[in-house]
Amino acid sequence: MISYDDVLAWIRGFAAAVAENKAYLTELDSAIGDADHGINMDRGFQAVTPKLDALAARDIGACLKTVGTTLVSTVGGASGPLYGMFFIQAGAASAGHESLTLAEFATAFEAGVGGVLRIGKAQPGDKTMLEALLPARDALRTAATDGVAVATALERAAAAAEAGMLATVPLVARKGRASYLGERSAGHQDPGATSSFLLLRTAAEAMAGS
Amino acid sequence: MKKLINTPETEVVEELAGIAAAHADLVRVIEPNVIVRKDAPQKGKVGVISGGGSGHEPMHGGFVGMGMLDAACPGAVFTSPVPDQMLAATKAVDGGAGVLHIVKNYTGDIMNFELAAELARAEGIEVTSVVIADDVAVKDSLYTAGRRGVGGTVLAEKIVGAAAEAGADLATVTALCQKVQDNVRSMGMALTSCTVPAAGKPTFELGDDEMEIGIGIHGEPGRTRMKIATAAEITAMLATPVLDDLPFQAGDKVLAFVNGMGGTPLIELYVVFNELKKILDARGITIARNLVGSYITSLEMAGCSITLLRLDDELTKYWDAPVHTPGLRWGA
Repeated sequence: MISYDDVLAWIRGFAAAVAENKAYLTELDSAIGDADHGINMDRGFQAVTPKLDALAARDIGACLKTVGTTLVSTVGGASGPLYGMFFIQAGAASAGHESLTLAEFATAFEAGVGGVLRIGKAQPGDKTMLEALLPARDALRTAATDGVAVATALERAAAAAEAGMLATVPLVARKGRASYLGERSAGHQDPGATSSFLLLRTAAEAMAGS
Repeated sequence: MKKLINTPETEVVEELAGIAAAHADLVRVIEPNVIVRKDAPQKGKVGVISGGGSGHEPMHGGFVGMGMLDAACPGAVFTSPVPDQMLAATKAVDGGAGVLHIVKNYTGDIMNFELAAELARAEGIEVTSVVIADDVAVKDSLYTAGRRGVGGTVLAEKIVGAAAEAGADLATVTALCQKVQDNVRSMGMALTSCTVPAAGKPTFELGDDEMEIGIGIHGEPGRTRMKIATAAEITAMLATPVLDDLPFQAGDKVLAFVNGMGGTPLIELYVVFNELKKILDARGITIARNLVGSYITSLEMAGCSITLLRLDDELTKYWDAPVHTPGLRWGA
């Protein structure tokens, strides 16, 4: 089972990873975008952290929704709506739960990715955050069907996200500011896929004992 | 990095406080970071708002006032504003006749304005949106995010603002904005890079003898990097793709806008304008109106952009109408 405290630890871990990798994410973005991904994400999660402390009910859905609405209101750019919708939709799918089974977590994650797909209108192969999120979603779904332990499932999802992130290097971007570069966007790792890998890696770390 | 700032984190808020203090006769600043025309909302008048990342001043905040924008939403430097800002702006300027959102075509701007429009409609405000996408340096295809919104945005805000001021209804104002988009094309170039304050170092590197043709307004790389050339050659490199795209034809009357990117002196912009005039003369195109200066910038980047808008009587009339904003003023 994934507890409310596991989810809190995940969000705090992701916030810390974003802060730690702020310069790295921004550097990746300056190669093919507009040099602000780490800065914007960090601004958002600095606003998220105090709100986690103020949450009264141990409701995973409410917690994720708070994360999402705070990101929408503070990040701006494309990352704000994209990550915001991920957490808002994942929150809507887990509303009222104090804990989640792996299958329920996979469903919430899938709903979150659905939010990203809907607002971003990107396709697999466009060199976006989806290159990390889609393989992670599929790995979680398969792991839930196979009935493996939560920790194992999250490790597999993180590994799938990492592979997806690394596979963005040769891709030519077809969405976002990197697409203006056309062929020149190839040879660079996508910053959004990189932050999405961090989202999965921190989930695996937070739930390593579950 | 050498900049006249206190901290990168406080730059936009301090700038807004400066604008509010300097132009208290024209605008006020409301939470969360929205510049609103002082006399908004005006009953029965269509509201016109825009917004985008900061770093392009005077666009958009400098264009709030009589005959142009009713409100502007500045985001962090080069970062789209958040929906909360556009929702607050929409509510602050709605005089019951609806509100037009003028949105530059960037992934983030589109998403944040869409979310804001949904929220405003849920509160009973009629909202329309027009996307400005005039940068011919970007291929308009399924394989890109589409053309960027650049210099044409300034012209759209002026013309559409004048129509709203004259009492046109929301459908008319919206159609007029689309008409500007359909008749405007731009392309820009950079001589130097620019530094986002929070990043602290130049977004890209250009050699002392290099330039980037087809640059965006956020330091996004352009079509090609090449050795520096003369103003005549550079003007031709920008004007030709602009002219051929619409295409502009002999007999057309145009508004020619030579824009500085922030770090280029006016003397150079007039040299470019002189070259542009020669090119248009040779093609039998008349410059009926012009604008020369730095109106849509990319921080301290040196370089320029050329925007051409094909004029008709309606567009000319609203371009000529009085405007009184911190960044643009005539006839009032």
